Amino acid sequence: MNQRFEFKHIHTMLLSLIALLLLPACGKLSNAVEENQGGALADNAASQVYVGPGEYDEFYAFMSGGFSGQIGVHGLPSGRLLKIIPVFSVDGEKGYGFNEETKPMLNTSQGFVPWDDAHHPELSQTDGETDGRWIFINGNNTPRIARIDLSTFETAEIIEIPNSGGNHSSPFATENTEYVVAGTRFGVPYPQQDVAISSYEENFKGTLSFISVGEEGEMDVAFQVLLPAFDYDLAHSGKGKSHGWTFFTTYNTEQKTTMLEVAASQNDKDFIAAINWKKAEEYIAQGKFREMPARYAHNVYDEHTHMATSTMKDKVRVLIPSECPGLVYFLPTPKSPHGVDVDPTGEYIVGNGKLSANLTVHSFTKMIDAIERGSFEKEIAGIPVLKFEEVVGGVVEDAGLGPLHTEFDGQGNAYTSFFITSEVVKWKVGSWEVLDKASTFYSIGHLMIPGGDSKKPEGKYLVALNKITKDRYLPTGPELCHSAQLYDISGDKMKLLLDFPTMGEPHYAQGISAAKVLPRVKKFYPIEENKHPYRTLGEKDSRVERSGKDVHIYMTSIRSHFAPDNIEGVKVGDKVYIHLTNLEQDWDVPHGLAVMGANNAELLVMGGQTETLLWEPKEEGVYPFYCTDFCSALHQEMQGYIRVSPRNSDIKLSWRLGEDEEAI
Amino acid sequence: MKKYHKLIMLMAALGLMALFIFPMWRITLIAPQYPNGVNMHIWINKIGGDTPSTLQNINILNHYIGMKYIEPETIPELQYFPYIVLSMVALGIVLALRGKATGYLLWTLLLVALCAAGLYDFYLWEYDYGHNLSDTAPIKIPGMVYQPPLFGEQYLLNFLAKSYPHIGGYFVGASILFGSLAFVFKRTEHA
Repeated sequence: MNQRFEFKHIHTMLLSLIALLLLPACGKLSNAVEENQGGALADNAASQVYVGPGEYDEFYAFMSGGFSGQIGVHGLPSGRLLKIIPVFSVDGEKGYGFNEETKPMLNTSQGFVPWDDAHHPELSQTDGETDGRWIFINGNNTPRIARIDLSTFETAEIIEIPNSGGNHSSPFATENTEYVVAGTRFGVPYPQQDVAISSYEENFKGTLSFISVGEEGEMDVAFQVLLPAFDYDLAHSGKGKSHGWTFFTTYNTEQKTTMLEVAASQNDKDFIAAINWKKAEEYIAQGKFREMPARYAHNVYDEHTHMATSTMKDKVRVLIPSECPGLVYFLPTPKSPHGVDVDPTGEYIVGNGKLSANLTVHSFTKMIDAIERGSFEKEIAGIPVLKFEEVVGGVVEDAGLGPLHTEFDGQGNAYTSFFITSEVVKWKVGSWEVLDKASTFYSIGHLMIPGGDSKKPEGKYLVALNKITKDRYLPTGPELCHSAQLYDISGDKMKLLLDFPTMGEPHYAQGISAAKVLPRVKKFYPIEENKHPYRTLGEKDSRVERSGKDVHIYMTSIRSHFAPDNIEGVKVGDKVYIHLTNLEQDWDVPHGLAVMGANNAELLVMGGQTETLLWEPKEEGVYPFYCTDFCSALHQEMQGYIRVSPRNSDIKLSWRLGEDEEAI
Repeated sequence: MKKYHKLIMLMAALGLMALFIFPMWRITLIAPQYPNGVNMHIWINKIGGDTPSTLQNINILNHYIGMKYIEPETIPELQYFPYIVLSMVALGIVLALRGKATGYLLWTLLLVALCAAGLYDFYLWEYDYGHNLSDTAPIKIPGMVYQPPLFGEQYLLNFLAKSYPHIGGYFVGASILFGSLAFVFKRTEHA
């Protein structure tokens, strides 16, 4: 008997092994079949985006939540929304910014800022390829950069950008995520001070910041470059031959402060600022920086204490271009360029002049030649301006109106969004000919190809991130959803496959093969690694302690009860800290906690995690609490009471779980 | 070949040491919301599963129907079974060195008897866990008992319970086979 089952076991193992070996071959075979059948199958958009029940999507798409301040995680090609990651805005659903542990994440030099405008997600890269470790995103309004850990899909770190206003050209990683960058959209007085707005040219500056990223992802403002007070719009770092450089677009080189829609649109050409950050590192090493006063918060969430800490920093290193030759060059670029995008080889730098009909592409090689020849048109604040005709590598003519942003498919093609004519234009890198155009519905901003801003794009799909939806979905009153559209770009012609709504305004997005992320994803937090100072590692340790007016409840949750679930001896005016440790060690079993009258939100505690709800009862009575996240057949029974007595009451603290015990 | 009976007997004895490396039995629970199944591994000296938290998760499931918590530290067999196995290994080595057919036979029969006793003991535990349910269980289904099969597969409410030997168990089977072979070879050595 025993041996028969052993054979069966080995037999199964051998079969699975053979199946595994055959798998890639099968994939190729079925592709070939599809190609041969062409017509009928190829036109069936529904089947191309259909991901069957229980099946995984091929790609993760991380969509900026825009003015929701969050990140939306979608699957591609289905477009299904998988998770909303709270980043810069409080989120009652998850208690983010409401529980005691995450409040410090939203601390800034201006105090607690519970909202921001999140624009550009950026995946970490290794050797110029997306690596699935982290995703960064900028907070535009109160300048910040956040790092989200892709093993937990939680915000792990937020750093404020000092002496900056409107962190738009951010975060955009370098080839090995040595740095993510931040550029001020608004010129601001430097240092910040009370001056007349009309003294703009004299008192205002623009800073570009380089945020170093350590082995564990830890961020630090390594240095800033002090530039004229242009508006710095977008950025991208070089790769391959241009590794070591980062490019920032500018507008409002007119340096106006009022009625910018006209005043900042007058110059025929604005600039792309090219920063040689390797040179910057040399200057830093030589000590050629100035240490300037600054005030900015650095907030870090510790996965073991399950708590965030906020540290205020008070200085920053600044490089002045006139003191650091070779650090910065300006590349004239028509006309108020928005996106600046570097092709996978690192040679071409696309300036998407958003008020221009043409698309200007600079050549990195020509730029270096011009710099070596010292062939400059003029200098602005000690920064050489290169000659337009000496750096242009090519121009894509009459492609559309209002080019905003370009990504690449890894096959030598580029795809540019045109806002005004509401379309995606596919063109050939090098020959600059337009290959195809596809309408978008409506008013596309950025677009995204998984890995499309890296050295190794995965050029199967393109996502258009649209600003306006009008008639595309069921109306929902004056406010309609924002929307993304999915295109198949595997053939010669782009093909629209799918509309799907997104949360907030989807400015930019990043995509990555799920296979690169899945091996790192955690299922729960090992309870033995819980180092929260108020953790409760077993029901036996659950208890209530008083210290003056502070009451600390050490509570646990496991299917399907809290321990303790009856508490007496709390008084009006107490500050009650409910420290809930979820003892579960299984995937997808969070427990929630909500207390009647709490002025914050619920807790949503993952397996092995501890979170704290501060509850300040205002009136005597008996207050129910319960589990908010369905956990089991007896979830509805997962509830309890806290008795609140008058301030002068002599009722002693007591707690219990179950009928038979006086106390646990 | 036949003169290697001592070596074969030695392998039979040492094969039992596998019980300290691999679990001897596996109970798998399969339900739609547990797509990968929940695997409980029974070792000679402990009870575990695919992950360190498997037993906790099984106990959470079991408590709805009032089944007792499985607490390995309260199961006496897990304390003394290892000594029985070590004794059998030692005895097997001694008998292998002596090289007598009767020794091989007795050792093998003793092992079979121990296996039978072990399985009977396992059955009693399963019976106790499956029948001796708490009066205050949240879910009570008249007439329903939750004894998993000793060997084979059976539906227990929404779970399909599978109970089969695991790698350690196969090694015990191999030890019985090798003990028998050693006996046969020794007996037919000069035939």
